[in-house]
Amino acid sequence: MSSGSVKPNKLLAWLDERTKLEPLIHFAQKKEVPLHNHSYWYYMGGIAMLFLAVQIVTGILLMVYYVPDLENAHASILKINSQIDFGWFFRSLHSWGANLMILVLFFHLFSTYFMKAYRKPRELTWLTGIVLLALVLGFGFTGYLLPWDDVSFFATKIGLDISSKVPLIGTALAQLLRGGDTIGQATLSRFFVIHVAALPLLLMALLGVHLLLVQNHGMSEPTGFKALPASEKKYEKFFPDFFYNDVLVWILAFNVLALLVAWFPWGIGPEADPFAAAPIGIKPEWYFLSMFQFLKFVPSMIGPLEGEFVGVLLIAGVGLILALVPFWDKGDDEGRSKLATAFGIAVLAAMIVLTVLGAFS
Amino acid sequence: MSDSCGGCGSCEEKYCEGGTDRKQFLRGVVGVFAGMWGLVAAYPLYLYLKPAVSKAERTTVESVDVGAVKDFPLGTGKNFKFGSMPALLTHTKDGEFHAFSAICTHLGCTVQFRDDMQKIWCACHGGCYDAATGKNISGPPPKPLKPLKVTVAGDKVTVSRA
Repeated sequence: MSSGSVKPNKLLAWLDERTKLEPLIHFAQKKEVPLHNHSYWYYMGGIAMLFLAVQIVTGILLMVYYVPDLENAHASILKINSQIDFGWFFRSLHSWGANLMILVLFFHLFSTYFMKAYRKPRELTWLTGIVLLALVLGFGFTGYLLPWDDVSFFATKIGLDISSKVPLIGTALAQLLRGGDTIGQATLSRFFVIHVAALPLLLMALLGVHLLLVQNHGMSEPTGFKALPASEKKYEKFFPDFFYNDVLVWILAFNVLALLVAWFPWGIGPEADPFAAAPIGIKPEWYFLSMFQFLKFVPSMIGPLEGEFVGVLLIAGVGLILALVPFWDKGDDEGRSKLATAFGIAVLAAMIVLTVLGAFS
Repeated sequence: MSDSCGGCGSCEEKYCEGGTDRKQFLRGVVGVFAGMWGLVAAYPLYLYLKPAVSKAERTTVESVDVGAVKDFPLGTGKNFKFGSMPALLTHTKDGEFHAFSAICTHLGCTVQFRDDMQKIWCACHGGCYDAATGKNISGPPPKPLKPLKVTVAGDKVTVSRA
């Protein structure tokens, strides 16, 4: 019947007239993704977005029962884990999802780095990505305290002490975050607000800019691929080819998350006691472990300066050099290009070695 | 009329020379006002977020009764609450009592006495302190622990500010 085929067209025409989305669809259809040996790294950003969506949905669900109050925070998480139907499931999705998202973001960061995708005209895409990663680590740090268990308490104590080492503003910054001299109700309230309101707003705004830049510039081509003659370059259409692959990868990623949740449900430690000693074997989450281990190795004094201050300064320096790579490796100097690659390998190797040492120490 | 002029027709060409016309001037004014408002708004925002410490919170504890001598065998230690600060009492094998702030001078974790090591130890980064003097002896801590004063009167152990 002809009416059956006309109706959707009419509906589409009606929608297009009101939304003016046709250029966007046209753009998606025209957009192409380079096909080469490293094309699979292009999926990392999309997987991170999937985990972000999981975080938003499960985060909202957890807020239904979580109580950001010193007397009730730990008990409310225990209740979610043990008394609420599927509470353990949504909390585990949130905790495992956060860890997987950070892991995928590290893959995203280093694949972008080693493929030199930060070079002109993508400097701002790179910088917004770095700030987004910092925001996500901020989510991890603030969210870690909310269950108010002993490990999270001391992790926050260390984190805030490190932030107090920032020259000039450090003490005021730590006071603002802590809400006083000691970690207590004020800290919990502030971390809760930062975790569920301030960071999500910042993340959404910046993610919008990041995605807009990615769309405007298209997929970056690695230097080897760029040098190929036009006849040897292969591309696939973003829509529908790459998009359907993306969906398949999302399903696989979600399956990994579901398996972890089912096999290793996220637990909770004993309630924090601000006057008890730090528990033996205390360690931060794996993504802060390399920094934690590095600070263990730094001697108490380096010349006239306190070792911890120098250590924090060194970590910040490495981060800054990494963040500013588009401005010192512009692609016009082979020596600098090799230096950037060597620097990236050194940072990645140091992170892996320190994380492994930290895990087994 | 120059290209840079908005072309309102109300000004003489000479005012438009040099590239500053009314539109540009107004944009500049808006920018300056926006910046000023931003600064003015930042001040109350900072004060609002700055933690207010009440008088009750400022009240400092001068001394704490930790327990009876028999509660602390030789070569042991115990964490306790000294006002709003975690503290640590050690009873070293020479029979002396010592007390310190239990806040590690490295990154603020709470230290403990390790029976097996006979030292004060921080679980966070493995820093070690002498159990009698509180001196930092190994690991990353840059300074000794802050000492407290111990008084033993009869069977009672009391810790006060040094």
